[in-house]
Amino acid sequence: MIPAVEFRSVSRHFGAVKAVDKVDLTIEEGSFFAMLGPSGSGKTTCLRLISGFESPTAGEIRIFGEASGAVPPNRRNVNTVFQDYALFPHMNVRDNVAYGLMVKGVGRSARHAKAEEMLALVHLDGFGERKPAQLSGGQRQRVALARALVNEPKVLLLDEPLGALDLKLREAMQDELKSLQQRLGITFVFVTHDQGEALSMADRVAVFADGRVAQVGTPAEIYEQPANRFVADFVGCSNVLPPDQTQRFGGPARWASLRPEAIRLDPGQGGTVRGRVTGLRYLGAATRVVLDCGGHELAAQIPAGAAVPAVGEEVGLGWQVQSLHLMEKE
Amino acid sequence: MRSDRPPFILTAGAIGGLLFLHLPILLIFLYAFTTEEKSYQFPPPGLTTEWFGVAWNRADIWPPLWLSVKVATIASCLALILGTLCAAAMARARFFGRDTISLLVILPIALPGIITGMSLRSAFAVADIPFSMWTIMLGHATFCIVIVYNNAVARFRRLGSSMLEASADLGANAFQTFRFVILPNLGTALLAGGMLAFALSFDEVIVTTFTAGTGNAAKTLPIWMLDELVRPRQRPVTNVVAIVVFMATFLPILAAYYLTSGAEETAGGGK
Repeated sequence: MIPAVEFRSVSRHFGAVKAVDKVDLTIEEGSFFAMLGPSGSGKTTCLRLISGFESPTAGEIRIFGEASGAVPPNRRNVNTVFQDYALFPHMNVRDNVAYGLMVKGVGRSARHAKAEEMLALVHLDGFGERKPAQLSGGQRQRVALARALVNEPKVLLLDEPLGALDLKLREAMQDELKSLQQRLGITFVFVTHDQGEALSMADRVAVFADGRVAQVGTPAEIYEQPANRFVADFVGCSNVLPPDQTQRFGGPARWASLRPEAIRLDPGQGGTVRGRVTGLRYLGAATRVVLDCGGHELAAQIPAGAAVPAVGEEVGLGWQVQSLHLMEKE
Repeated sequence: MRSDRPPFILTAGAIGGLLFLHLPILLIFLYAFTTEEKSYQFPPPGLTTEWFGVAWNRADIWPPLWLSVKVATIASCLALILGTLCAAAMARARFFGRDTISLLVILPIALPGIITGMSLRSAFAVADIPFSMWTIMLGHATFCIVIVYNNAVARFRRLGSSMLEASADLGANAFQTFRFVILPNLGTALLAGGMLAFALSFDEVIVTTFTAGTGNAAKTLPIWMLDELVRPRQRPVTNVVAIVVFMATFLPILAAYYLTSGAEETAGGGK
């Protein structure tokens, strides 16, 4: 099968700044693909390379097998949901959604019908007459989504589309985006810095660091088998153990990660590794315990209902050796 | 406890200042109706509307009026085109010397008119360009561009780049983006800028005196008024003309103010 988008050793340098550096990526058709990374890691530049607003300084991007080199943004069959939505303030919602059809020369009644259909898809029936300024943040987001989908793109790019929404709305939109993607079968490429969002929505995740892809895999792979300490730290909020600590925890002299929820706390005197509680963070469904284990800081997570040690208390640590994940490199 | 009422002296000062600014304008209106034609005598010995008829029939008023309208219109149009293009370039491009160029574009409005006038006059002389309506118009365009530029650049800034990218992303070519996204968003700013430029040009005296040359053919309405004040003959006619000038400049400025109010951006920007 021809991949929807393919990066072949793509670089985008701005002078001395390597925003994107020798990236190889394959995004399968019909998948929900997340580009995850901190700001400045190159994920948004990668998105703009697909939409055509940036050109690679080296390498090649193929969209459905075709080299996209000289194709300008307006002639690519990909559409974008912009971070700030970028709705046209002087047009009402219907004309915003119908814009892509209007510039193609589709007649008024046909494009309005299609726009209404798109608005129904994002549950905004009857909002066509309103101006963007009269909508809430979540509604604007839906309009931006409907507008980007009206041209029936083969790939939909979403640039941190949920960043401006509050938590409750964000979770609702996550579910909705996911079900929309499954219904339409379009390839979604999604940029986010929120690891929870990436893990819960995507079929595959690429973790970006300093313009390079640190790891690509399914959410479970990324979370359970991080390739290096950056991924372990950024994605799982895992405990990253340097070789000497790994040995202390019963492993070989290699870098390893140990997830907080894999650590049990024992208030007794036992345990080969002991630590002193230095901080507690109540998370609702669990409590995160920060421990000082002989100068090395570790986090453990205990589920709600279990006994929570007090700050300053000495506890023993328990873990299964198989939950110690050894990493390929540092 | 702090009082919500300002002290009496501040209120009085504010009212006094406003009266000082605007009462003389009322006097101009008043003298257009006076029966005394040799000097401005207060209070007027009597009131009449005959000067409006006299002004209408004075053949020497019409050519300067038309000249002023033509100069202001062409200078504004020129400024609209050049100012908008310049603002578009400044809003989108990032290049070495951008701030310097931006300053140079705005400079004519900060420069005293007498400097602009002198420099243009000597430049026209060096280039051997004869004085005409076109030299006046060029002189006016130098500061009209700034007005349009300031209005347009503020609106471009508000427009941001993502809206233009969204348009391209949805399949619009550059012309369609200009027609459907840029122009509708820039429209009121351009209209306001154009009207302000017209108003500025219409009552300009200093640059005009330097770039107009001599003779009646090069006399704009403000220059005609200046000449008229020296000769004490049918003085209220000058006041009637002053009311026309007032209307021709005040109404566009008022309209421009309402067009751009609600959007926090510059309308006048100096001068």
